[in-house]
Amino acid sequence: MTEKSLNVFQGTADQERQLKEVIAKHHDQPGGLMPTLQEAQDIYGYLPIEVQTMIADGLGISLSEVYGVATFYSLFSLTPKGKHRISVCLGTACYVKGSEKVLEAVEKRLGIKAGECTPDGMFSIDSCRCVGACGLAPVMLVDDDVYGRLTPDQVDAIIDSYVEREGGADK
Amino acid sequence: MTVAELTKIREEKADLIKVRKLIAEEGAKLAENTGYRKQILVCSVAGCASSGSAKVVETLESELAKQGLDKEVLVVKTGCFGLCAMGPIMIVYPEGAFYSQATPEGVKRIVEEHIKNGNVVKDLLYKETVTADGDIIPVSETNFYKKQKRISLRNCGVIDPDSIEEYIGNHGYEALAKVLNDMTPDDVIQELLDSGLRGRGGAGFPTGRKWSFAKASKGDIKYVACNADEGDPGAFMDRSILEGDPHSVLEAMAIAGYTIGASQGYIYVRAEYPTVVKRLGVALKQAREYGLLGENILGTGFNFDIEIRLGSGAFVCGEETALMTSIEGNRGEPRPRPPFPAVKGLFGKPTVLNNVETYSNIPEIIRKGAAWYSSMGTETSKGTKVFALGGKITNVGLVEIPMGTTLREIVEEIGGGIPNGKKFKAAQTGGPSGGCIPAEHLDTPIDYESLSALGSMMGSGGLIIMDEDNCMVDVSKFYLNFTVDESCGKCTPCRVGTKRLLQFLEKITAGNGEPEDLEKIEALANHMKSSSLCALGQSAPNPVLSTLRYFKDEYVDHIENKHCSSGVCKDLLQYEIIADKCKGCTLCARNCPVGAISGNVKEPHVIDKEKCIKCGVCMQNCKFGAIVRK
Repeated sequence: MTEKSLNVFQGTADQERQLKEVIAKHHDQPGGLMPTLQEAQDIYGYLPIEVQTMIADGLGISLSEVYGVATFYSLFSLTPKGKHRISVCLGTACYVKGSEKVLEAVEKRLGIKAGECTPDGMFSIDSCRCVGACGLAPVMLVDDDVYGRLTPDQVDAIIDSYVEREGGADK
Repeated sequence: MTVAELTKIREEKADLIKVRKLIAEEGAKLAENTGYRKQILVCSVAGCASSGSAKVVETLESELAKQGLDKEVLVVKTGCFGLCAMGPIMIVYPEGAFYSQATPEGVKRIVEEHIKNGNVVKDLLYKETVTADGDIIPVSETNFYKKQKRISLRNCGVIDPDSIEEYIGNHGYEALAKVLNDMTPDDVIQELLDSGLRGRGGAGFPTGRKWSFAKASKGDIKYVACNADEGDPGAFMDRSILEGDPHSVLEAMAIAGYTIGASQGYIYVRAEYPTVVKRLGVALKQAREYGLLGENILGTGFNFDIEIRLGSGAFVCGEETALMTSIEGNRGEPRPRPPFPAVKGLFGKPTVLNNVETYSNIPEIIRKGAAWYSSMGTETSKGTKVFALGGKITNVGLVEIPMGTTLREIVEEIGGGIPNGKKFKAAQTGGPSGGCIPAEHLDTPIDYESLSALGSMMGSGGLIIMDEDNCMVDVSKFYLNFTVDESCGKCTPCRVGTKRLLQFLEKITAGNGEPEDLEKIEALANHMKSSSLCALGQSAPNPVLSTLRYFKDEYVDHIENKHCSSGVCKDLLQYEIIADKCKGCTLCARNCPVGAISGNVKEPHVIDKEKCIKCGVCMQNCKFGAIVRK
C-alpha cells in the first residue's frame, strides 16, 4: 500500500537538531512534556514513534508515559497529515445546519474517510468540534482558510482550487 | 510604572475611547480634542475575520491613504461587536454609523461618500438602523442590542485589543491599582461575595467563596489559573473575550494573585484558538513592559506573572482537576474531589481556577462596587451572562444579557426569531452537559436555578436554537457521540455508560428500537449521573434525559412507527415518486448517484427502495415537486 510507504520515518538531521533544542528548553520546566510534544509536532508534522523515543530519552521519562500523553490528546497525530488539511466542523451550531452532509461530500470527492490521508499525501480529512465561527455555520477549514455558509455542492469547486494550485489532477 | 503614570495614560486616551461611546454632536465635539475627525472600527476577530474583515481593513487603509485622509481618520481593529451573522462589521464614529456585511467594494463607496463627502451610505448600513422613513437610529436601539448589557464584553468592539494604552484609557488596570493600594485581600473577597458573582464556566460556584478558601489554605506557594479551554461545541464567548479584551483577564488574575497570596498564574488555552494565543502573547508582553505584571507591580512590592499553556484537544480538560493534571504535563484525567483545588490544586499547591468570563467581570466589580453589580439579575444569580447564540436563529452572534432575561426575549427579540419561516422547537443550553428546553418554557427567566430545574444547565454559554427540521433523538445521538469521543476512560460509568447510551440511540434511529429501551436508557442515565467521577460523565446523560422529558413522543414515534417526523434519521426515511405529478423528465434518474430510479421518458418514474441510499438528490432536483420524503 502506498499509505504504508508514507509512514516510514524520514526525519532530517536539521529536524533532530531543532527537536534537541526544544527538549533542552523544556527539560527542567514543570509539566514540560506537553509543550515539548506540541513543538515537536510543529517540527515533524506528526509524532512518529521515533520522535517519541527521542523525547522520552531527552526528558528522562519512559516511552510509555510519552506515548500515553501523545495518544490522549486529539491534536497529537501519530500518522502524517496531508499537505492540505481539510477539517469539517461538526460542532453543534454547524451540525444542526447540516455540516455532516458537507463532510460526506468531501469524503466522497477524495475517496477517503475522516481521519485518513489521500495516497498521494495531498489531502487529509478531519472532523473538528467548533472553530468558533458559528456565525458562518456550516464551516470547513482547508489549512488556515475558512469556508463558511457551505452547501455540499460547493465542496468540489473548493477542492478543485487546491488541486489547481498544485498543478494537476487529484487522482 | 506608578499609579500616577497609569492615570496619565488613562487621561490621555480617555477622549479617544469616549468618542466610541457617544454619538452625534456630543461625540463630534469630543472628536475635535482627539486629533481624529473620524474613527472607523472594524471587527477583526472570530466570525468577522472568517468572513473577510482583513480585506476590508486593507481596502479601507489604502483608500484613505489614496484620498489623503489617513492622518485625520483613525482605523481601529477591534474585538467582537456580537452581531456575527452580519459580519464583517464596521462602525464609523462620531456618527455611530453601523455598516454590516462590509465588502472591499462597499468600503470604497463609504470612504468616498461618507468619510470624504459627509453623506452616510444608507444602503450599506445594518438595515435595522434605518427606519421606514429613512431616518438613522443608533445601533444601541435596535432589537439586537436594546436589551443587552455589556459588562464582560465592555471592551469588545470598543478598543484595539493589541493596545494596552487603549485598555487603560477605558479604566483598565484601575481596579488592580485600587486593590493593591486601598484594599486588603479580605476586602476583595468581601466585595466579590457581596457582588454575588458566580462561576461563569457553568457550575455557578460563588467566586468570592472560592477565593476565600484558597486564601485560607496554608502554603508558601499558591497558583492562580484561568480556564480558557472552551470546548463546548457551539460556544465562543471565551474566545471572543480573549481576542477582544485580553487585558481584562490578565488584570483579574493579578487581583486574584494578590488576594490569595500567589505570584504565578497559568492560562490554559485550547490550541484550536491560535489567534487567542497570539493576542495573549502580545498582551502579556505589553503588561510586563508597562510594569503591570512582573516584579514590584505599580511600586507596591507585589510580584505576579502569567504563563500560557496550550491544551491539545481534549474536552475533559475543561474539568478543573483534569485541566490541572494536563498543565502538569500528564494525560488530562480528572481526579476525585475533595481535596478541592483551593486546598490542593496545581502541582499539589492551593489554586484558584476561574473561567475567562468570570475573570473579565472582576475589574468592573472592583471599580464600580458590589452594590452596582448585584443590582442586576435575579435573587440567586447576579449580573450578566454572555451567550453564544447559534443554530437556527437569524441573529447568530454573541450576546450579553442581564440574568433574569427570558429565553423568549433572547430568541424572538435579540435573536430576531427563526429564519425561513420555520417553527421553534428547542433551545439547547450547556452543550454536551446540558439539555433542550422546549417552547412551553420559553418564558423562563434565565438564571442558574431555573435552568437546572428544567433539566438543563447554565453551562458556559452556548445557546443553540433548533427548529422543526431538527430531530431530537438525532440531537441526543450527536451529543452522545461527542461524549463517547471525549470520555477520558478513567472511570467505568462514563467510559462504558456513554457508549451503551449511544448504542441505544443508534438502535432507535436505525429503526430497531423496542418500547422497553426507554426505561433502560433512563435507568442507565441515572446510574451514570450518580457514579461517574467527574462532571463530564455525571452530566453526559443530560441531553438524552431532557429530550426524553420534553420530546418523548419523538422517541416513541421512532420506536413504534419507525418514523422520524423531522426527516433526519435516514434509516427511517423513504423517498417516493408521485406518479400523477411526475412528467418523466428523467432529471432525477440522471442525478441519482446509485442508479436507483428507472422509467421511460415522459412516463412516471419509480424509485427502487432496495438500491436507494436516501441522499435526497432526486428531491432537490425535481422541478415538479413530484418526489416526497416519508
